[in-house]
Amino acid sequence: MTDTIVVGGGLVGAAVAYGLARAGDTVTVLDEGDVAFRASRGNFGLVWVQSKGDGRPEYTRWTRRSADLWPEFTAELRDLTGIETHYSKPGGLHFALSEEEMDARKSLIHRMHNVHGAAEYGAEILDGDEVRKLVPGLGPDVVGGTYCKHDGHASPLYLLRALHEGILAHGGRIVGDARATEVAPDGAGFRAETAAGTFRGDRLVLAAGLGNRALGPGVGLTVPVAPQKGQILVTERAAMAFEMPTHVVRQTSEGTFMIGDSHEDVGFNLTSTTPTMAAIAARAVKMFPFLKDLRIVRSWGALRVMAPDGYPIYEESRDHPGAFTVNCHSGVTLAAAHALALAPMLAAGRLGAELDVFNAGRFDADAH
Amino acid sequence: MPTRIDAAGEPIAFTFDGVRVEARAGDSLAAALLAAGIDTTRRSAVSGMARGPYCMMGTCFECLVVVDGVPNRQACMVEAADGLVVTTQDGAVDAFAHEDGGREMLA
Ligand SMILES: Cc1cc2nc3c(=O)[nH]c(=O)nc-3n(C[C@H](O)[C@H](O)[C@H](O)COP(=O)(O)OP(=O)(O)OC[C@H]3O[C@@H](n4cnc5c(N)ncnc54)[C@H](O)[C@@H]3O)c2cc1C
Ligand code: FES
Repeated sequence: MTDTIVVGGGLVGAAVAYGLARAGDTVTVLDEGDVAFRASRGNFGLVWVQSKGDGRPEYTRWTRRSADLWPEFTAELRDLTGIETHYSKPGGLHFALSEEEMDARKSLIHRMHNVHGAAEYGAEILDGDEVRKLVPGLGPDVVGGTYCKHDGHASPLYLLRALHEGILAHGGRIVGDARATEVAPDGAGFRAETAAGTFRGDRLVLAAGLGNRALGPGVGLTVPVAPQKGQILVTERAAMAFEMPTHVVRQTSEGTFMIGDSHEDVGFNLTSTTPTMAAIAARAVKMFPFLKDLRIVRSWGALRVMAPDGYPIYEESRDHPGAFTVNCHSGVTLAAAHALALAPMLAAGRLGAELDVFNAGRFDADAH
Repeated sequence: MPTRIDAAGEPIAFTFDGVRVEARAGDSLAAALLAAGIDTTRRSAVSGMARGPYCMMGTCFECLVVVDGVPNRQACMVEAADGLVVTTQDGAVDAFAHEDGGREMLA
């Protein structure tokens, strides 16, 4: 049996650790705790396929693979842990609020169809009347949009809890308040120095989100991830109005409307800011005027884990085989692929060829 | 049952589900309701179960009531005033309640 240390217990680390434990590894997850930056606790909850991978078809395929795995993934977690992730896949909508936005969406969809084929890609262009048939309450400014049948949404918090319970159910261990300060090769394996002591394993997976950047060099990995802030607003609960998620407004299964999200390059900063919240709210009210009468009960900012080109980084250390890093900015969407497709590769000790393009080596040209 | 430790303050009155509730100026609605022996102010939007004031400081959202027709107000954060019409928050609000034709759209 392989002893594997996973650094990071967010959605990425937890999904990988769950998949490894399920594949028979003895898994120890080391997680920093409440003071850490944790995208997994502050995200929007979309399992989103449309518009992913424009210019990187491998990413489109990987995203789609995860969306296809989600139904069995959520069912497996429910059976094992009793926790429901509230996943549903009614398809998803991306609205256009002007003819220019509509033209941009159309060209995107055409580019994707040219690469993947319309049937395979599964997204279609809808005019104003057609989108109004799919969701109620749309404002007059919505001129149309795009619909993709593979899109869905889930509760990221229940998902994270289910993964943690699943790790424990498969005999894994989760150590909290264990911020790793250093990782290094150690004999035939690896060690991690943490606030909760030293841990050793045959293999090491760095899945510490923004923490990966500092840890990577200890095992010969360069992980150029950087923070990108997003802010989200949440309304009071309302009776279920629609199940279909849209790219910036979705009603959760418990009735709240989540409204998001901004893309801000402001470093390690989690502050909620009034102008951004006001802009988010104004755009949402343009799409769904009824939202103006609902009370906002919560808001927050969280940091995305972004590679320079926005795609995942999956890599095994060349100098220290057996040390891997896993990073992405759509950890909800990709959770099923991470658990059921990536983790088995890690358990077998080798990343599949389909993930070659996600090697961090692709940034070397920029670095020199 | 909670009791009032300081009965000072101008006597005022509002109604809760049509019943007159005596209060003191400066009470929050939640404090006045509890002092009057009323500890259920809403039904859960998820389960329908009875809920009432808990934290008394604006963080738990357990104390929701309808105040003068405005739903989901926190009773612990609204000052009691003469003549307010307060009712039980009965589950979730209708998102389209204020929209013309909204209810048809739901159907
Ligand atoms: C506003 C916003 C909206 C988003 N919306 C979506 C969406 O709709 N759909 C979607 O798929 N994705 C979405 N995302 C992205 C998604 O949240 C992230 O891809 C995902 O959460 C990343 O998970 P992670 O585990 O890599 O990182 P994190 O959640 O940041 O977790 C990192 C973990 O590592 C731990 N850690 C860090 N450093 C160390 C260390 N040195 N030692 C030990 N542990 C450490 C931390 O404690 C933390 O638990 C959104 C993100 C944001 C910010
Ligand atoms: S009692 Fe907690 S918010 Fe009012």
